[in-house]
Amino acid sequence: MRPKFYQRYWNHVNGWLLVLPAVFMISLFTHFPIGSSLFHSLFSTGTATRPAEFIGLGNYIYLLEDEIFWKVLFNNLVYSFCTVPLSIGMALGMALLINLNIKGRSLIRMSFFTPTVLPMIAVANIWLFFYTPEYGLFDQVFAFFGGDSHNWLGNPDTTLYCLILMVIWKESGFFMIFYLAAMQQLSPELKEAGVVEGAGSWYYFRRVTFPLLMPTTLFITINAVVNSFKLVDHLVIMTKGGPDNASSLLLYYIYENAFSFWDANYAATLTAVLVFILAVITIIQFTIVEKRIHYQ
Amino acid sequence: MTAIILKDVDKSWGSFQALNGINFQCEEGKLLVLLGPSGCGKSTTLRLIAGLETPTSGTIEIGGKDVSYLPPVKRNISMVFQNYALFPHLSVAENILFGLKARKVALPERKKRLENAADLLGLSDFLDRKPAQLSGGQRQRVALGRSIVAQVSVCLMDEPLSNLDAKLRQEMRQEIRSLQQRLKMTMVYVTHDQVEAMTIADKIILMKDGLIEQHGTPEALYNRPETAFTGNFIGNPPMNILTPDTLLMEAFSAILPDRIRPESHQIGVRPENIRISENRGIKAQIETIEYLGADTLILCRFGQQNITLTVKGKTRLLVGDHLRLDWKQDHIHLFDTSNGKRLGNLEKDELS
Repeated sequence: MRPKFYQRYWNHVNGWLLVLPAVFMISLFTHFPIGSSLFHSLFSTGTATRPAEFIGLGNYIYLLEDEIFWKVLFNNLVYSFCTVPLSIGMALGMALLINLNIKGRSLIRMSFFTPTVLPMIAVANIWLFFYTPEYGLFDQVFAFFGGDSHNWLGNPDTTLYCLILMVIWKESGFFMIFYLAAMQQLSPELKEAGVVEGAGSWYYFRRVTFPLLMPTTLFITINAVVNSFKLVDHLVIMTKGGPDNASSLLLYYIYENAFSFWDANYAATLTAVLVFILAVITIIQFTIVEKRIHYQ
Repeated sequence: MTAIILKDVDKSWGSFQALNGINFQCEEGKLLVLLGPSGCGKSTTLRLIAGLETPTSGTIEIGGKDVSYLPPVKRNISMVFQNYALFPHLSVAENILFGLKARKVALPERKKRLENAADLLGLSDFLDRKPAQLSGGQRQRVALGRSIVAQVSVCLMDEPLSNLDAKLRQEMRQEIRSLQQRLKMTMVYVTHDQVEAMTIADKIILMKDGLIEQHGTPEALYNRPETAFTGNFIGNPPMNILTPDTLLMEAFSAILPDRIRPESHQIGVRPENIRISENRGIKAQIETIEYLGADTLILCRFGQQNITLTVKGKTRLLVGDHLRLDWKQDHIHLFDTSNGKRLGNLEKDELS
């Protein structure tokens, strides 16, 4: 008995020792900040003269009345609902195109993938030029066809959609790579069987390719949704959320509260809401959607 | 009537010549086997008939129509693939009906054909299952089902049994054969397994390096191999291909003509035609003995050459024993060394 117990005991100790560095790092930089944010969201932000005090759900009540919060949340939903399906659709289309045996395939693949390699800051600077009134790329093209000059980013009606267009351009190449990898896993024999059975391209895509790519689609969707909430680098370069918060997103609003208005505890409250939203979306995707997916 | 005709079909990829002047015909309702070692072009031939590849030159006719450059769907064929090519996310029923839906066959007709095929193949209880929940043999049946419901005249099979274990392979082989005969299908069947070919074929085409070695009935390929390669490929264990050296010529002086030379001739003798003799034939020594149950393989050595024979049941001989091996004149196949071609069966009139 004794050696058995001894062995098992050391197995556990060794196991824990091996994961300890990872546990430590994740706790320090993920779990602790989440807990800390939740904790701080229950306090008012202290100043030099007025120390922080416990106000319960006061911050959350304030948040419900905060018009900018609702505006930013609405912006973010529009932003997600546009960027996620469109970038995924484009990624799928590009992957299908590249997967064909056509000449110059590697050139097309490279050009589709290039936006992914660029840092978001660089992309934002490039597109800032595209959108510049008078001598930006878009205005020059419009001017060529006799159009007027537009202040694309300065107009509250267009600014958010300008960002959406840019993000789709940047993200779809990245998602395309996942689709391409998944497509190359599909057996060419299946395609041949489809051809012999008389399935046209569209019928085959609808009944075979797309269903078999569903695991990839789910994976990409989750990534795209999470990205649409957490990637705001371009706002810093292009619009700073303006004009009148017309292009501001939730995370950027959190950043503003924490580092421009120095209201750290209200930022913590917003963070708690953001984490909650992302958790709900992810759970929905993994539970409801996953049931309808065939894994090989 | 002739169902499939290939005329002077060539296929090459760049400088690689996969098929070289292939000519053959397949009668309606017959089972034709394309047999050969890997890389011989048998699968390429099948894919050309299917329309998955196009010939570099030559023509292919199916049912009296030139289909050389038509897509598979217009060729009135069905195909069973080596790995079955079942759609993993679709149920058995959906898999079987995939092609009918694609071709917009009406629902009642689809139902009727599905029931019919499921009945025929014993799949009725599995129609809702996914391919992953089926055994290898059942998956094979689903692939066959897809072929049956198509109700086309020609069915192509690309090594359909190679993923099954030996026992199941034998069962499915018989099933495919009886199905083919019952439904009077014209079937082209690719395999590298000569036993499979011999047992199910009406006609066999043996291929090597993109050329047809021999086209004939299983009996013809076994009894009258046109080349040394055919003799060696058909039959298990393979035919002994011997060089007529002085030892052999002396031992068989009575039945081997003098004109035979070791440089220019080869002698083929099947292991099952060799007898152990008291006082005649060639002296040899046993190297190994393999007991197979019903018979025993004995590998012997004489001079510089090896020779294999089979005897019924178990032998009392031991490794190292000396013995004499004899065979009848009409069991000798004579081949030309330079091109491997048959020179006759050494019947009496050829000797003079």
